[in-house]
Amino acid sequence: MEHARPARAPLGDGARRGERQARVNTGGRRLTMKSGINIVVCVKQVPDTATVRKLRAEDSTIDREDPNSSGVLNELDEYAIEEGLRLKEAHGGEVTILTMGPAKAAETIRKALAMGTDKAVHLMDPALHGSDAVQTSYAMAQTLKKIGFDLVILGSESTDARTGLLAAMLAERLGVPQLSLANKVVVDGSAISIHRVTDYGYDRVESSLPAVVSVVEKTNEPRYPRLKEIMAAKKKPVTTFGIADVEIDPGRIGLAGAYTEVAEFAVAPPRAAGVVVKDEGDGGVKVADFLTSKKFI
Amino acid sequence: MEILVLVDHVDNEIKKVTLELLTLARSLGSPAAVWAGPGWSEEARTKLAEYGADKVYVADDQAIADHVVAPTAELLAGLVADKAPAAVLIASTGEGKEIAGRLAIKTDSGVLTDAVGLGEGFVAEQPIFGGGVNVRSRVVKGTPIVTVRLNSTVPAAAPAAGAEERVSVALSESARSARVVERVKEEKGARPELAEAEIVVSGGRGVGSGENFAIIERLADSLGAAVGASRAATDEGWYPHQFQVGQTGKTVSPQLYIAVGISGAIQHRAGMQTAKTIVVINKDEKAPIFEIADFGVVGDLHTVTPQLTEEIIKRK
Repeated sequence: MEHARPARAPLGDGARRGERQARVNTGGRRLTMKSGINIVVCVKQVPDTATVRKLRAEDSTIDREDPNSSGVLNELDEYAIEEGLRLKEAHGGEVTILTMGPAKAAETIRKALAMGTDKAVHLMDPALHGSDAVQTSYAMAQTLKKIGFDLVILGSESTDARTGLLAAMLAERLGVPQLSLANKVVVDGSAISIHRVTDYGYDRVESSLPAVVSVVEKTNEPRYPRLKEIMAAKKKPVTTFGIADVEIDPGRIGLAGAYTEVAEFAVAPPRAAGVVVKDEGDGGVKVADFLTSKKFI
Repeated sequence: MEILVLVDHVDNEIKKVTLELLTLARSLGSPAAVWAGPGWSEEARTKLAEYGADKVYVADDQAIADHVVAPTAELLAGLVADKAPAAVLIASTGEGKEIAGRLAIKTDSGVLTDAVGLGEGFVAEQPIFGGGVNVRSRVVKGTPIVTVRLNSTVPAAAPAAGAEERVSVALSESARSARVVERVKEEKGARPELAEAEIVVSGGRGVGSGENFAIIERLADSLGAAVGASRAATDEGWYPHQFQVGQTGKTVSPQLYIAVGISGAIQHRAGMQTAKTIVVINKDEKAPIFEIADFGVVGDLHTVTPQLTEEIIKRK
């Protein structure tokens, strides 16, 4: 198993960050936070869910250039960003946005920065194209080890692939506690506690930092960027890394080396046209007749 | 060819999806159920055997339940190494996917989520983009790990030996790093769980208020159904968020889905259009939900729905 290790090259404001980054390699020991929490929020640009989304015929990957299905910030990530900002406001520190994606994903980074986050890291390399979940988690974990963190926050899933795998995979790869599917997150010093949503209610789960957290929809009310912040976002630092910058082995990423492959895909056939009737005082009875004919009653 | 099936259980009860997974596994090889956590009983063994488990690996250990998903992934990784199964099947719940994800990293294997079918060579059928596109995919490295959506197979009994084999797992420090310190059970009432219900009745913006959701609940109860809600309704606070069906909420594939006062935005359809039968009640004949209805009534839900409920009770 791989373990988180401190970064070699701090991004931006050197000394202060270096101090925080050193905390990644704590092996679960309790520490006192001196300079707030170093929070990294992972975000993804996804096709707009209000549009018809497509796979590319040539390699069965999601068409991220389709002008009819423009890329937007995965809406579940907004809850992760908001949670990061709230924790920073309560405890100090900073919030770094991390995304992996093509050049176009820079739009999503700006949106995330406009919500009030401090800076961003964009992992961008043509070799990453077509990476599946196992490979993506490797690339993201390598980047997180490089930039350092106390707390990694993700949305519970992306609205495009909807695998819901990444938080668990990152925790596994980084060797840090997994505090996932949370609808409440509380940090106290170097301890963290969440409410993990379950079918029967919730589990209260605790660990020490560093940790990986995922949050569910409605954990909080994500803020809207204000004009001033939208302007300020344009000046915030964005570091772009290629795979060599974060020591990603090119043999472990990309479509050619993927762990899964799409054998074939097809647009789902439309459902056969049904019967629609106007209510003339007996609409409920007509539905009941239909349900009876289908043996539901 | 042994296929590991992770048993999904809560309060010592085996969830229905486990029986679905065993039924599916039987069509591809020899199912070996894996029980992880406390609460093992002869009753559980009998049930698993009844649905075709040739073997049952049992790790009846409280510690597995006390550290969220990492211990179960460690247990499964040990079994994958020892038993070299042809594949591992896990329920496609939030927790199931997390176990699958960790297992994939531990065993350097590929993982597929939300399968609704599994064929020869473990080729998985996955509806993506909310059912807009059907994909057939397979794992090409390691041991195929597949999470299977609830309600995608009809469970059928086929008695097998259910031979019990005790297994233990020495949990790593890393697997114990997150601790469950309290389990809070909220009152759920008698309705079935949304994701596994055979019938779902959902209300949307047309319902008009939280109080009016009683209309939806009464219809649901007349059919023994779960209650769902569109995002418009949960955003208004008319119904709790955990009942939201759609792109960012629950995905359901029931035998019957009744959409009441729901216009059918693409994000809502993404969560329910793989339902076998869809019934719609909506006053707007142009509502896009009618495009996917097997049977629809254009009318006022406030009169049509109570009439339907009454009729169902009368006919039962």
